[in-house]
Amino acid sequence: MIAYKNDRSLKMIEVKDIRKGFGDKIVIQDVSAIMQTGKCNLIIGTSGSGKTVLMKCLVGLFEPDSGEIYYDGQPLSEMNDEQRKELRQQIGMLFQGSALFDSMTVEQNIMFPLDMFTKKNYAEKLKRVNEVLDRVNLKDANQKFPAEISGGMKKRVGIARAIVLNPKYLFCDEPNSGLDPQTSLLIDKLIKEITIEYNITTVVNTHDMNSVMETGDNIIYMYQGLKEWEGSNKEIIFSKNQRLNDFIFASDFLKDAKDMRMLEMKGKIDNNRNMDEQLK
Amino acid sequence: MMKLFTEFGRYLLMLKGMFSRPENGKMYWKEFMHQCSEIGIGSLGIVVIISVFMGAVSTLQTAYQLVSPFIPLSTIAQIVRDTVILEFSPTLVCIVLAGVVGSKIASELGNMRVSEQIDALEIMGINTKTYLILPKLLASIVVIPMLVVISAVLGIWGGRLAGTLTGILSGATFDKGLHQFFKPYNVFFALAKAYTFAFIISSISAYHGYYVKGGALEIGRASTKSVVVSCVLVLFADYLLAALLL
Repeated sequence: MIAYKNDRSLKMIEVKDIRKGFGDKIVIQDVSAIMQTGKCNLIIGTSGSGKTVLMKCLVGLFEPDSGEIYYDGQPLSEMNDEQRKELRQQIGMLFQGSALFDSMTVEQNIMFPLDMFTKKNYAEKLKRVNEVLDRVNLKDANQKFPAEISGGMKKRVGIARAIVLNPKYLFCDEPNSGLDPQTSLLIDKLIKEITIEYNITTVVNTHDMNSVMETGDNIIYMYQGLKEWEGSNKEIIFSKNQRLNDFIFASDFLKDAKDMRMLEMKGKIDNNRNMDEQLK
Repeated sequence: MMKLFTEFGRYLLMLKGMFSRPENGKMYWKEFMHQCSEIGIGSLGIVVIISVFMGAVSTLQTAYQLVSPFIPLSTIAQIVRDTVILEFSPTLVCIVLAGVVGSKIASELGNMRVSEQIDALEIMGINTKTYLILPKLLASIVVIPMLVVISAVLGIWGGRLAGTLTGILSGATFDKGLHQFFKPYNVFFALAKAYTFAFIISSISAYHGYYVKGGALEIGRASTKSVVVSCVLVLFADYLLAALLL
């Protein structure tokens, strides 16, 4: 048994100098970070920057070549199969393509972890399924198959399945891929609300800037396998890191918007100064 | 050559990885029964059709070749019986099942791998080799020998039907031939082959499906490869068992 601490404030993930390569190619190089509890921890970066590999290392799907990952202070590499199994039952994950089981209905998909890991009777399980479906604002979809619902609904079902066992950790791999901006925003808000409501450690892997600005309490920017920058959504816009700026403000439109925002901010600061001087 | 050893090693590790304590016995039993139904009921139609025609053609071709008046007609039934039990039902049916069941297992697992469903199960803390492969393997080992027995019965019946319909030999003569020099050991041999082939078909196709990398194209390739490899290994095992047990 893993000696998990009851203090929920300690429920966090720590990454120390992890490195991962495939053959000769090193994908992640000496990345260290702390994923905080009750916050949305975002891993951002261009395609091929190592975000997904980092996330797969975090959840134990890949073994890092060196370095260590700690869950509540417990090193992942020192856990045996049973301990890992136990830890994984406390992890919920939303996959890029939702990864719903094709042959099962929405209800069966969400009920699956309950069937596998709890001894509840059918009525209790159904109650819990309806609770989480209600939480993700998805009603009357119980008997539908994944092929019969939209991309946004699939993501919500994926979230519902991820939280049905009350996980301590929630991982979301590209939760907005393939969704329109409005639906993306709804999914982002949902992830944020669930993180605060359940006080869980959420790690989101994204390259959607709306998500970054909406949910990024703690942001890690990856560039060619290295951690290039770390900060919050309030700091990212003022960052002087050129690579990060190139990533965020990729289009001329966004660059202009940033300049206007900076001018606006500068104007406000100048106004405040003038007012202060007048008051003096 | 090195790649072959690597693949074989990974195959053995996959088999070893299947044996772990189930997270929930009830769910595993449900999956096992589901697979029995999928493999058994799903393949029954094709097995019935192949078996009846296989027996019928055997009767006609044996009669065509046995032209000597010194050989009694009941010998035709005897030859059909032994050919169907010893070779046609176990080998031919299993070659067909390698296509039907093998490609289904490989493409199902391949699709689950590509669409991250296997990763989703792993994240939940489920041993995917035990949950996804073991029930398929056990279901094949239970159901395929049953299909082979059904096939043998239907093959002999098809032979009898063809013999009487074409007037080559009467039903009574065929029945007499069926009882002549019958060796129960042949049934044991057929079942030994069926169990071996069932293991080969299910494990090889599961291996190719489980380790798929890429997209839809690779799923198709894995499916085809699993059928080809299974067929070759079935034929190889067929020869080996015949050499060892007969």
